[in-house]
Amino acid sequence: MAARDETLGPDRGGSEFSPSLEIELTAEERRAGLAGAGPYRLAARRLRRNRIALSFGGLFIVLVLACLAAPLWADHVAHRDYRDIPGSSETVTKGGEEVFVVGLDGVPIGPTWRGEYFLGADGSGRDVMVRLLYGGRNSLLIGIAATLITTFLGLAIGLAAGYLRGWVDNALSRLLDVIWAFPVILLGIALGTALALGGLKIGPLEVSGSSLAIPVFVIAVVYIPYLARPIRGEVLALREKEFVEAARAQGQGPLRIMFSEIGPNVVTTLIVFFPLLVANAVLLEAALSFLGAGVQAPEPSWGTMISDGVDRVVSAPHLAVVPGVMLVLTVLALNVFGDGVRDALDPRAKVRIEH
Amino acid sequence: MARFVVRRLVSMLIVLFAVSLVTFFIFQVLPNGDPAVRMAGKQPNETQIEAIREEWGFDEPVYVQYATTMEKLFTGDMISYFTQLNVVEEIWKGLPRTLALAIGAAILWMAFGVALGLYTAMRAGRVSDTLLTVLALIGISMPVFWIGALMNHYLGFELTKTLGFELFPNGGYVEFTENPLEWLHHLILPWIALSILFIGVYSRVLRSNVLDTMNQDYVRTARAKGVSERQVLLRHVLRNSLIPVVTLWGLDFAVVIGGGAILTETVFNLQGVGQYAADAIGQLDVPPILAVTMFGAFFVVFFNAIVDIVYAYLDPRIRLEESSA
Repeated sequence: MAARDETLGPDRGGSEFSPSLEIELTAEERRAGLAGAGPYRLAARRLRRNRIALSFGGLFIVLVLACLAAPLWADHVAHRDYRDIPGSSETVTKGGEEVFVVGLDGVPIGPTWRGEYFLGADGSGRDVMVRLLYGGRNSLLIGIAATLITTFLGLAIGLAAGYLRGWVDNALSRLLDVIWAFPVILLGIALGTALALGGLKIGPLEVSGSSLAIPVFVIAVVYIPYLARPIRGEVLALREKEFVEAARAQGQGPLRIMFSEIGPNVVTTLIVFFPLLVANAVLLEAALSFLGAGVQAPEPSWGTMISDGVDRVVSAPHLAVVPGVMLVLTVLALNVFGDGVRDALDPRAKVRIEH
Repeated sequence: MARFVVRRLVSMLIVLFAVSLVTFFIFQVLPNGDPAVRMAGKQPNETQIEAIREEWGFDEPVYVQYATTMEKLFTGDMISYFTQLNVVEEIWKGLPRTLALAIGAAILWMAFGVALGLYTAMRAGRVSDTLLTVLALIGISMPVFWIGALMNHYLGFELTKTLGFELFPNGGYVEFTENPLEWLHHLILPWIALSILFIGVYSRVLRSNVLDTMNQDYVRTARAKGVSERQVLLRHVLRNSLIPVVTLWGLDFAVVIGGGAILTETVFNLQGVGQYAADAIGQLDVPPILAVTMFGAFFVVFFNAIVDIVYAYLDPRIRLEESSA
């Protein structure tokens, strides 16, 4: 592992993101004749040599594939009542005996380790394994979709504020300051509950309160300042460079300069933030769902499953343990891989995302 | 210094105003549908909705609604339509519990974070460093409500059943004035659960700071002077590496009180401000959520200003930098 680790400035933000485009070479890399190599080639080489980061990246891919393959495992649908599902029965054979899936008192059964009810059934008689995979789809979908939106908006705001400066910068920076002032979880709860109650209506776009789009939107908004601020800082430094001046002298417009001259130079930052933002988004989704301000029942997600499991932890602790383990593995895989990406691309990068 | 304080306080007031506007916007303007219906909770009846519309001025222009909302918050005359309890009073009631949780956990995570960070930095590259670094990463990747719930179940419930006595209690809170020992006893698990994440973060931050500082010229000078290794480490390296960590500590502490403790409180049934908000979410009871959001964000903004001022006092470079910019 690299000697350098997460560092940060006194302002809890990553606003001091180093805008240097040149990566310092190690002695070994100089010997390998990589002095003139492009930053991405160099980073790819470093990442390839970081076995730990690669194996955790592989673990993440395995988890994603498993969740995508949910329909292959489940020949019945996850989040419906088992009584509606053709071919599924109220009883399973366990230890040679016919046992009810859920006891008369609503006590769930433990794992059967067979195809059906592999990990047992929850308090409503739903197959835990099936819900785990479909819930994982939702958790990952929300995490990745929210991060894509954060990346897009963070880039747009950072570019506009840093390049145009003046009143645009002032207005956007104050807006970011205000979002930043809220504790992440609190802003998530506020937006999550307000929107879950009434849904959202912007022009012709109408989103119902139970839609998965709500947590995606909420999480995307909450994390924007954590990306937009460092981007803005970088753009401020880049706009003074000669190549930008040259583009201006050639008569290129601000939009063109922002996207084709400055944009490519902040892509490293976007790449460094991406896996770490997804990790935090998945965690935030779970926390919001746990509190009832995220994914709404009966739709599964790892957060809602942990929430259900905690309610029944005395009779069936596995209901809480299993989705939590999946969640931890996913977030851990993203964090370790993300660390490796950062070390490869820009070891001095200061990434701080509030949990 | 006086100029710096005034400027910082003015900018704090502006942010506070903006925060209140955003919170108001989130709850009263942004969502689709009738705000009076949302305010009334899960099963509203017509007369109730009509009364709420009247009381909150939902027929009036938006700026009047904003003024009414702020007035209700600060005169303490906001009630929950679900429990019929005064929201501000309930928050005051829960505050000592939230503070007890946050202060204890903050001490714990600082102590262990620094110890772990210093140890791993000294052992950088060795097996014990790698092992502890992985542990720190696992700590960062665990949701606090999950590990908290499992600790509460296995250590507070199952272990008690096995041992026959309560090594750790199964959640709940005992007032300090009632029984200080039981108070401590009931807070141990919540403190640990809440600190795990921060111990992971702080040890990583400190480790990298220490490694950076050790390459500084003044450390080399101190060694060359013949200062003992122990003195170099404590006097020169640790002291300078701690500065950013202490800043972070102030900010994180504010965030935990302003809302971060919500999950831990809920899992361990501590009945603090956070759990009050969490229960309100379960009931979709808007006034408590609105009040906790507003006061939580206010606290964070206020505390950040204090931290900045204290820092400017301790380190003249900060206030000079600000005034030249």
